[in-house]
Amino acid sequence: MENLANLLLLLVILLNFFILGSSRLGACIQTAALQGAMLACVPLLMHPISGHTLFLAGSALALKGVVMPWLLFRAIRQVRIRREIDPMIGYVPTLILGTVATAGAFIFSDHLPLVAAHRGSLVIPCGLATLGAGFLMMITRRKALTQALGYLIFENGIFIFGLLLTEAMPLMVEAGVLLDLLVAVFVMGIVVNQINREFSSLNVENLSLLRE
Amino acid sequence: MQLLIVSWLLLLTGGILAPALGRRPLAAALVGGGSAALGSLAGLAMAAGALANGQTAGLALATTIPGLTLSLRLDPLAAFFLIPVHLLGLLGAIYGVGYLRGHEGRLPGLHWLFYNLLVASMSVVIAAANALLFLFAWEGMSLASFFLVVTEHREPATARAGLIYLLATHLGAALLLGGFLTVGAFAGGFDFSAFAALSHLPGPTASLLFILLLLGFGSKAGLFPFHVWLPEAHPAAPSHVSALMSGAMVKTALYGLVRFLLFLPSAPGWWGGTLMALGLAGALFGIAMSAFQNDVKRGLAYSTVENVGLILLALGLWLFCRGRYPQLAALALTGALTHILNHALFKGLLFLGAGSLLHGTGSRNLNRLGGLMRRMPATGLCLVVGALAVTALPPANGLLGEWFIYRGFLEAGVRLKGLAAFFPLVIVGLLALVGGLALLVFSRLIGIALGGEPRDSRTELAHESGALMLVPMFVLAGLCLAGGLAPSLLLGPVLRVAGMIEPPAAPLLAQAGLLPLWLGGLAQGLTLLLALTALLGRWRRPRRAETPAVPTWGCGYLFPTRRMAYSAEGFSELAGVSFFCDCLRPRIEGGRSVRLFPGREVFRHQAPDLVLEAGFLPLFAWVAARCNRLRRLQSGLVHIYVFYIFSVIVALLGWVAVRL
Repeated sequence: MENLANLLLLLVILLNFFILGSSRLGACIQTAALQGAMLACVPLLMHPISGHTLFLAGSALALKGVVMPWLLFRAIRQVRIRREIDPMIGYVPTLILGTVATAGAFIFSDHLPLVAAHRGSLVIPCGLATLGAGFLMMITRRKALTQALGYLIFENGIFIFGLLLTEAMPLMVEAGVLLDLLVAVFVMGIVVNQINREFSSLNVENLSLLRE
Repeated sequence: MQLLIVSWLLLLTGGILAPALGRRPLAAALVGGGSAALGSLAGLAMAAGALANGQTAGLALATTIPGLTLSLRLDPLAAFFLIPVHLLGLLGAIYGVGYLRGHEGRLPGLHWLFYNLLVASMSVVIAAANALLFLFAWEGMSLASFFLVVTEHREPATARAGLIYLLATHLGAALLLGGFLTVGAFAGGFDFSAFAALSHLPGPTASLLFILLLLGFGSKAGLFPFHVWLPEAHPAAPSHVSALMSGAMVKTALYGLVRFLLFLPSAPGWWGGTLMALGLAGALFGIAMSAFQNDVKRGLAYSTVENVGLILLALGLWLFCRGRYPQLAALALTGALTHILNHALFKGLLFLGAGSLLHGTGSRNLNRLGGLMRRMPATGLCLVVGALAVTALPPANGLLGEWFIYRGFLEAGVRLKGLAAFFPLVIVGLLALVGGLALLVFSRLIGIALGGEPRDSRTELAHESGALMLVPMFVLAGLCLAGGLAPSLLLGPVLRVAGMIEPPAAPLLAQAGLLPLWLGGLAQGLTLLLALTALLGRWRRPRRAETPAVPTWGCGYLFPTRRMAYSAEGFSELAGVSFFCDCLRPRIEGGRSVRLFPGREVFRHQAPDLVLEAGFLPLFAWVAARCNRLRRLQSGLVHIYVFYIFSVIVALLGWVAVRL
């Protein structure tokens, strides 16, 4: 079971790279949905099956795998865009930066004073790498939609960290995190529509007009 | 204690209800002003009761916020300072209802929300026995008073005044925060009960703390050179707010200073020396600037700077003599406390009077007033009483506090040895100069505004204010006269507080015969004499009908106009030319016609604040120019902001990795 979990985590890192390097929004959303769905299965593999883990996996699967991709697809249908054109930093440099961040995550987690049970586990480096990928996504892309996607990946990273604490974390906290995410995507969807209506484009740079 | 909490609840409820009533001025005034008056009345009763029985009441409630407990304590010192807050809060509320009628603006209740918040937060500041609670209330007080200052925020001068006030008060609060954190770190808690540990502070830390607290409280109290907000904010605010700010809010800062000085270990000599030097500088500067102001309320604001300077001077002497010369310390402390109470009474009265003039004539400019004694006799009478008090003339109350201060410095000149004896005597001389200038300033105010003929056509149509405005002024004027005629009324509470701070103070003064109860006799005698003279004059004077009213002889001018009357500038020109150094003199342009035939001339007279113009404004302009480059950080791009967050997180992780 541990091996299967590790395999899934490695796949998650690979999907990070796919999202960082792809320009097609539809593919990105699908990949993020797949990533979320895979992550939703991991707690079942790592921990004994109980009501708690079942609820966690089920709700994560429903939200990350179904509801949010559906919301995002609806958003791109409404604003009729398919591709992220000319990001702030090109795709190849972003991929290189992502590689550096992933390598950094692995090196850094070697230095952490972890509990013996977690030493050598893939969870920490994978979580850090996913956080970094989410950040990179938010920094390098111009469209409000891809920013929302970056936030989604970022949250996946947090979810991976949460895996270590599933036993200890109260249910309410996890439910709160998931709800938080849903609200954030909703808000982002509204922002997407507003930017589009106001500037006839989805570039968040237009928001700089709002500064003082 | 319960009565005080009831008072706060009343103030808060009324304050929140008033704006909720919407655009109904009468209802808002009734609810807002009524709750302010009732709440203040409850607070006043509480303070008077606590001061009368001299006991300490307390209350403590724990909260979940670390360091903050809702602990309150009402000892004689706190009760003493609560009296001006709630007295002026009560009278200001009544006055404000009359003053604001017809000028309510879009949401009339909003003013009452901030007014009630100001009164309540001042009261909490004084009753707080926890440094964090004190600070919270302090900030609430600053913000509420800021919103009151910018009531007429559409006028550029008011907006500027508001900005200066906000800056000054927040810089002061930042210093206070630094001081309080230091205090908390040493005492191991923020409750005043834990602060007894502070008396073991090492010397340098105590001195640092003293400087932080002095500057922090000083910026609110109008300590020179941090007084710059007073002459801007007081004229901008509605008059009853000016009265409350000048009479009560400034005193909360003095309260804080005294309260925290009592926690610190015994003071080295230079603490008192600094306080005396700054106080004296403030007194001289304030009264000199006051002599040049055409704006009545601006002149009164500078007079507040002067009076706070006098109080700080006395507090400095107290600090200097504390533990060394008990009798001198008792004299200085009694003087400071008496003057604090007196100043609240007479400055409140003067600001309310100035507001009444503004209300009746529509102008604060002395050069437009004149002849108002006949048009607004009640206001005029109150202003005269206030002027008597502020210039320390009998039979009003101002004399008492200044008598203690003079006596303290004279005794210090006798007691101290060698060169040290020289300074108190010089200070006595300078105090006399301050007193003389105060006489000039207020005879100018009375003479120009109330005497003579109106200098403006609108002033001719001036009307007396209504009863709502007059009654608070009469109450204050009555209290000023009562304090002068029966000094024991004032001295009772003052000595009780002084006895709490310096236990042997009252018996020491009584033994040495230094309680000037005879001043009351003097005042009574003078009043009696005046009354007799007036009666005699009336009896001897021929009947009114026999003396027709004719214009004053105009030195032979055929067509005298009212613009030929003495102007306010003309009145104080002699003082400006002969007493002050060049830097203090007002800026004058034009007005000297040397041509054969008179032409059109423009005369400009400005008296800008030297400290503000030459000190703070250039300093802030310099800082702003340096900080301009930082604006590039604010790109407005979401990516860049996320990038900032990302780099900080990476840097923190790197730091953690290195530390491990």
